[in-house]
Amino acid sequence: MTTHHNAAFVRTEDAPLMEAPSSQIGLRAWLWKNIFASMADYATPGKAVISLLMTVITIFTAYALIWMTWTLLDFALFSATFFDPEGLKRDACLDEAGACWPYVKAKWYQFMYGFYPPEEVWRVNVCMGMLAIGIAWLVFPLPHRGKVALFMLFAYPVIAFVLLNGMPIEHEGDIGQVVSGVWFPLILAGIAFAGWWLARSDRYGDVVNAMAPALLMAAIVLGIFAGLPLVTMALDLALGTEVVETNKWGGLTITLVVAIFGIVISLPVGMLLALGRQSNAPIIRYSSIIFIEVVRGIPLISVLFFASAMLPYFLEPGVDFNKLLRAMIGVVLFASAYMAEVIRGGLQAIPKGQYEGGMSLGLSFWQQMRLIILPQALTTVIPGIVNTFIGLFKDTTLVLIISIFDLLGILSATLKDPEWSTPTTAYTGYLVIALIYWIFCFSMSRYSVYMENKLDRSHR
Amino acid sequence: MSEHATARKELAVSDEVAIDIRGMNKWYGTFHVLRDINLTVYQGERIVICGPSGSGKSTLIRCINALEEHQQGSIEVDGTRLTNDLKNIDKVRSEVGMCFQHFNLFPHLTILENCTLAPIWVRKEPKKQAIETAMHFLEKVKIPDQAKKYPGQLSGGQQQRVAIARSLCMKPRVMLFDEPTSALDPEMIKEVLDTMIELAEEGMTMLCVTHEMGFARQVANRVIFMDQGQIVEQNEPEAFFNNPQSDRTKLFLSQILGH
Repeated sequence: MTTHHNAAFVRTEDAPLMEAPSSQIGLRAWLWKNIFASMADYATPGKAVISLLMTVITIFTAYALIWMTWTLLDFALFSATFFDPEGLKRDACLDEAGACWPYVKAKWYQFMYGFYPPEEVWRVNVCMGMLAIGIAWLVFPLPHRGKVALFMLFAYPVIAFVLLNGMPIEHEGDIGQVVSGVWFPLILAGIAFAGWWLARSDRYGDVVNAMAPALLMAAIVLGIFAGLPLVTMALDLALGTEVVETNKWGGLTITLVVAIFGIVISLPVGMLLALGRQSNAPIIRYSSIIFIEVVRGIPLISVLFFASAMLPYFLEPGVDFNKLLRAMIGVVLFASAYMAEVIRGGLQAIPKGQYEGGMSLGLSFWQQMRLIILPQALTTVIPGIVNTFIGLFKDTTLVLIISIFDLLGILSATLKDPEWSTPTTAYTGYLVIALIYWIFCFSMSRYSVYMENKLDRSHR
Repeated sequence: MSEHATARKELAVSDEVAIDIRGMNKWYGTFHVLRDINLTVYQGERIVICGPSGSGKSTLIRCINALEEHQQGSIEVDGTRLTNDLKNIDKVRSEVGMCFQHFNLFPHLTILENCTLAPIWVRKEPKKQAIETAMHFLEKVKIPDQAKKYPGQLSGGQQQRVAIARSLCMKPRVMLFDEPTSALDPEMIKEVLDTMIELAEEGMTMLCVTHEMGFARQVANRVIFMDQGQIVEQNEPEAFFNNPQSDRTKLFLSQILGH
């Protein structure tokens, strides 16, 4: 052993760059690293025990996977009945132990449209077609996105309503009665709106100025109160082209109407609530907190039940909300409260320096929010937002309890049809419905991942 | 003003008051963080503020653009008095640029967008003009080629220079620097200081909280020493460094110039 090393060293030429060894690349390397390596170490008794354990777990998992896949394929394909050429209905499916596809074919219309009259169903198709094109336009960014987004947000709902429901021309309800229920909130909304208009200019000092957002919120809420009976009247008034009452809507149509309405409205409302919860003005802060905590603290079923059964008691007699509209509002309130908390998480992740950076440049509060804080906060919590959307999409099934037949509700209804009563009908139906839900939810999930990657500026 | 200042490039200081702070006091809860601050800054002055950590120097300059509010006394910036009136605060903020220790660039916007954001939204400049101004100042801080990148792709020194350019795009009358080089790797400090020196030479009114004493000697016309929320001593750099009067100043200087 030497006692002294010469520490001086000078590299005269670079070490060569070499290709990675074959143990690092290719399918074999992948299989080895991810599956077999954990089972191959027997160097010490402890490691041997772990390796044996991993072997058992691997074999069990592989078996379970194969077994489940086989069972599913066997049910859905190999043992299934596909055709019913003689129109035997349930008898066609009784021989086989697998899925009864003729049942799905027979009930497909109801799965999609509920009890919508077949001769009018083109209206739903046009509506959904426009929706699909609109969403595709925004999801795969095509030119003029902004205009399409505006169209989808403001014009499309009106078009969709007129298409799905029918065109209101003549009326049966008592307009006077409806108007009497409208004028009071309408006047209050007008006052609040005028107050906001005055307060947002800086002429009347800071205290008034600070009240502007609260006044705007009040105006919007009161406006909704005033507007709802009007919308309901429009719904209830019986109408020139054939009106398809909302109680005939059903199936996937209802699911999509409720879910998309919920998704589109809950995001901005959730944003306002999240900002409100962080506000320095106690009235705004506490009303946001109370709203969020109350709504979050009760089950959606209670909200829907309240909206369906109790709300009429609070309204003047004769003013009747459409049941579907009530359910939609219930869903929106519920989703907004969750959304607010998700977005608040995002707001808290934004460093104080971002606010200060904006402030030091002279940006106003709303400019800071819109241009700096919210874009970053929302990007941060895309997984949480989409999580809430997916939850909301599936929660729409709860409208069943106020007898609105969404996709799942219509399935339960068709299962009661004795003509198609076989041991496997229910399994087949639930499999199909599960697949439809899964396709929608998985699409949202993938879009979320795509957006996360696209908006990630941290290491590009 | 001073016969010692011959080594430095002489820079004009006008008689016009840029910032006037009178009898200002500030508390964090019950903690008296700024005590009886009186400070008049003239257009064209380059003031370096130093002092031990917790002495209130950052808080002082953050009061000037109302990032912190003061409870007593008055602050006037360019004749606009800082009160609770949001209008005055926004006016002052758009006239006073600020650079932070951690840059506070907006990571979701490109360098160019960072620079054009405030001119477009606060000054209501047309986009084309804002971009021209931004490119002008990015050239000035020597990073026009990074305009399309995002802040996360730049080094710390480059980010701080972008932050300076971003402030300059608002054409501020006064620039505040809050420890602009403290978060930087040593090899990047010089590029930021060079930018600041260039800015000073063009006559910008500057208040810098910094521990870069070389910068203070070279650029400042006044050095302010703060301790425990008070202005303890202020003087021209030569006198300040060579002949400090207060014991606290002497102690502080011996600590930071010790090795």
